Amino acid sequence: MSNILSALPQVLVDGLTLGAIYAVVALGYTMVYGILELINFAHGEIFMSGAFIGTGLLLSLGVFGIAMPAWITLILILLLTALLTGLLGIGIERLAYRPLRKAPRLIPLISAIGISFILQDLVRFFAEFKTGNYIVTGTTLFEGKVTIPFSSIIGTFHNATIKNNTLILIGITIIIMILLDIFVNRTKWGTAMRAVAQDQETAALMSINVNKVISLTFFIGSAIGGATGFLFAQQYATIDPYIGFILGLKAFTAAVLGGIGNIRGAMFGGLILGVLEVFAAANLSTITGGVIGSEYKDVFAFTILILVLIFKPEGLFGKSVKEKV
Amino acid sequence: MGYNSLLELKQVSAYYDQIQALHDLSLHVDQGEIVTLVGSNGAGKSTTLKAISGQVKTTGTILFQQKDITKLPPHETAKLGVAHVPEGRRIFPRLTVKENLEMGAFQLKDKKEIQNQMELVFQYFPRIKERLNQQGGTMSGGEQQMLAIGRALMSKPSILLLDEPSMGLAPIIVEQIFEIIEELNQTGMTILLVEQNAYQALSVAHRGYVVQTGNIILADDAKALLENKQVTEAYLA
Repeated sequence: MSNILSALPQVLVDGLTLGAIYAVVALGYTMVYGILELINFAHGEIFMSGAFIGTGLLLSLGVFGIAMPAWITLILILLLTALLTGLLGIGIERLAYRPLRKAPRLIPLISAIGISFILQDLVRFFAEFKTGNYIVTGTTLFEGKVTIPFSSIIGTFHNATIKNNTLILIGITIIIMILLDIFVNRTKWGTAMRAVAQDQETAALMSINVNKVISLTFFIGSAIGGATGFLFAQQYATIDPYIGFILGLKAFTAAVLGGIGNIRGAMFGGLILGVLEVFAAANLSTITGGVIGSEYKDVFAFTILILVLIFKPEGLFGKSVKEKV
Repeated sequence: MGYNSLLELKQVSAYYDQIQALHDLSLHVDQGEIVTLVGSNGAGKSTTLKAISGQVKTTGTILFQQKDITKLPPHETAKLGVAHVPEGRRIFPRLTVKENLEMGAFQLKDKKEIQNQMELVFQYFPRIKERLNQQGGTMSGGEQQMLAIGRALMSKPSILLLDEPSMGLAPIIVEQIFEIIEELNQTGMTILLVEQNAYQALSVAHRGYVVQTGNIILADDAKALLENKQVTEAYLA
């Protein structure tokens, strides 16, 4: 018990880091679902593409010998990665989903899975073509770490260490989430997005171009997912074309946990899932006396998900959906 | 036929997938008129409005302010000044009343203009002003209908298409809604009104069309239609 408690600060730090990634990626799922009732299974691969695009940009800066202060490089790469993955998202919607909008729901879902494979293979091809290996290790912009002296606050806690990269990741993802929340709730186009999610036909009667709003939704969801991919690459150093699959699945889980279609729900769902997972990884073997090891962390996290869905099927923050009259 | 009609439909047919819902229907609405389409359920009244705003596939010609709008999608039609209040009100349930109104004014760029338009809506519907921060879906049916009309007015339209504004409302509320329709018309608004409540509709309208199985079977002044035996027997009984 005292082990669990003393490790808690580090668990929280690592859990929130992972959770922040889940949260931003979950936003992409939840926004698209809210508007089209489509599970965009390719979204995990957009995250992965962002990781590769960002890392690729960073490596080419090195190749061309362009040196800038690290934070300028970071911002530039984030913006460029966001722009490119945003356009990728728009393109995917145009090519793979829009022609199928009136088809039965299963069909665009299959199309989304197809896009996932295409993106995985494309990225693998380019990575191998450029570096000879599809597993890529990037350079890191920010070395160093900070120690937070939790032990001096409460004696039973151990200190937590945070990499500078982690601080940046948490900071930027929080900024992304705040900006998105303001955009969706306070701006004209954000309100139009919610209007389209609630009633497309009527939104069109208000002179809202529904296709434009859908493109915008894909752009934003993909841009923030892609940018987070680059932050992920910085955080964990090594990336491969398949990181999007499991991470996407978990981010989708986070979106469901928070109530799919609910933007704030996705944010909290992501953070909760991240903390649960890291907590399980750190403590499962202590709790069960070594019977169940940390490799069962996903089982633990998904068990929580199943329990939530049994008792609150609309998700933690979702409203129970009434049939439209 | 009005040569300078604000809105004119010439031999319009409309289709839902394979099913034809309108058969060469022609009508016109002049500036400043209230024109009503009456007829029984499924006659094609709502479809006529949907054809105008581009929600169904149509053939034939639809002219609005002399411009051919037959093939325009709904959001383009709306931009030209056609405000369609759909059947069942279709308030955005999880937007606030204020946000609903703002969406009505989506095409207006000037904040001042939007504010003015909102003040105008409050004059017609004082109750809306008291509920600005409430979610649209939590209002009563009558309030939602008022909001739906108010929302349509936000775009500064040249014509209002009203689809069954009295549907499901208590008689006293229906009375109020029709008073406002007349009031709007007196300040210059042109209105095309679809109603099952033929008596009410013909009482406020200048002219009326009787629609049956996707065709106009009778067109006359509203007063004359109210006294027409065929109409009274079929729709006013």
